[in-house]
Amino acid sequence: MTADPTGAPARPRSATTAMLDVRGLQKIYEGRGRSVEAVRDLTFTVAAGELVCIVGPSGAGKTTLLRCIAGLLDTTAGEVVLEGERVTGPPPGMAVVFQEYGRSLFPWMTVRQNVELPLKEKKVPKDRRRRLVQDSLEAVGLADAQDAHPWQLSGGMQQRVAIARAVAYEPHLLLMDEPFAAVDAQTRADLEDLVRSLWQRLGVTVLFVTHDIDESVYLGQRVIVLSNSPTVVLEDVPIDLPAERDQLTTRSLPRFAELRSHVYELIQLAKSGHRPA
Amino acid sequence: MTAATLGRRSPPPSWLLGLAGLAGLVGIVELAPRAGLVDERYLPPFSAMAAALAEQAATAEFWRSLLETLRGWATGLAIAMVAGVALGLVIGGVPPLRAALNSTIEFLRPIPSVALIPLAVLLFGTDMRSTLLLVVYASFWQVLVQVLYGVRDVDPVARETARSYRFRPFTQVRTVIWPTALPYVMTGFRLGAAVALILEITGELIIGSPGLGRQIAVAQTSGAVAAMYALVIVVGLIGVTVNVAARATERRALRWHPSIRRDLAG
Repeated sequence: MTADPTGAPARPRSATTAMLDVRGLQKIYEGRGRSVEAVRDLTFTVAAGELVCIVGPSGAGKTTLLRCIAGLLDTTAGEVVLEGERVTGPPPGMAVVFQEYGRSLFPWMTVRQNVELPLKEKKVPKDRRRRLVQDSLEAVGLADAQDAHPWQLSGGMQQRVAIARAVAYEPHLLLMDEPFAAVDAQTRADLEDLVRSLWQRLGVTVLFVTHDIDESVYLGQRVIVLSNSPTVVLEDVPIDLPAERDQLTTRSLPRFAELRSHVYELIQLAKSGHRPA
Repeated sequence: MTAATLGRRSPPPSWLLGLAGLAGLVGIVELAPRAGLVDERYLPPFSAMAAALAEQAATAEFWRSLLETLRGWATGLAIAMVAGVALGLVIGGVPPLRAALNSTIEFLRPIPSVALIPLAVLLFGTDMRSTLLLVVYASFWQVLVQVLYGVRDVDPVARETARSYRFRPFTQVRTVIWPTALPYVMTGFRLGAAVALILEITGELIIGSPGLGRQIAVAQTSGAVAAMYALVIVVGLIGVTVNVAARATERRALRWHPSIRRDLAG
């Protein structure tokens, strides 16, 4: 590993400087004549440089929460604060990787153009832009596919392109919305390791939303378990597994099994409608 | 593959079949009048039409008329395209505006352009502008409606991606909305081009503005039946050429589109 390819600035990692602060977040969807409370009261913080996973039963408002954090959706009450600034629209230091990679990448552009476009929009100078695109595609193992169109690649490769696009953007916060839900199990394991290694290399803060319990325990430093809708935080589970993780040994650790069972039980509780006192 | 090649001969290519069909039509048009099945005064044999066409092609009048028709058609279509695309992007991009104008568009669109002939004559007389008005009116709606469909077709995930990377509104139009709408614009162009040609000829025939349509009317009134058919054939050929050219452009511009591309990953 040579020099940090994206040159993400080093940030002080103290408990007081929260990268992301979600306070009393509530989201009610107002429909015709009826309103649905998707998220009731969510409060948590993510420190700079952390990798935090959010799991919850299906329909727990995970995507709603992520869209509120991304500034793509207005909140009904409470606030989202990113790097000390209140989020009212998509903030500058953030990139989102969507689950639907096939629709998030633009089919009329090549892989390189897809990765480069947000940088152009950000007015990154040409030389630096070139290097960022090259480095990020190399980091996801797709340096040879630059001139292909996304639809000429497999699903896993397309999601790698979307990750490269996010990484090249040099975000401080990387939001991932069930990014591997649509790829096969083997590709999924590879992509999980890719996220871990990019996170360790770049020092970026990652908030990873998933419905997969194993995935959340394997990836995260913390796992925030959500209740069913209207959503509150059920438990914030610290994951005290070694920092160096790999698919075979980490997943066969007794501690992994314990944490997995614990999160599993929480999800079962959440499904049965249990709420914290 | 091998079974098929062994079992039966592969069918002749489709262009050959198409050509055979055309040759059949020419044969019928040639033979029917000669055999006395139809009156030669109203449908002369194809060879007579071809001769009349050759005769026409030797006159400056024919080429001037052809040019007038092409110019009127292209001008009208260009105006309709620019106006249709620009207004389509604006109306489609502003949902309240779209909702407000929807019923108006649905009312104006079905009005047959030929119903405006009296108005056009009142405004511009037998000038080429009369015909231009009809051409623009008819093809504009074709383009506008397609662009409106196209703008509505933008994928919500693509839109959110653009928003999350903080694309400026103009960048969103250029890199997301326009490419999404492009297949629809192409369809609008093809439909508009066909309708524009119909109205161009109609205008020339009925209003008498200069062009092939007027030549057809002149040929008809002077009893030059073969020449009349010859001109009709020329108009048909223009239509075919325009359609072929539009499809070729479409294929080139939309190589990435699912209807044209070949995915490597299934």
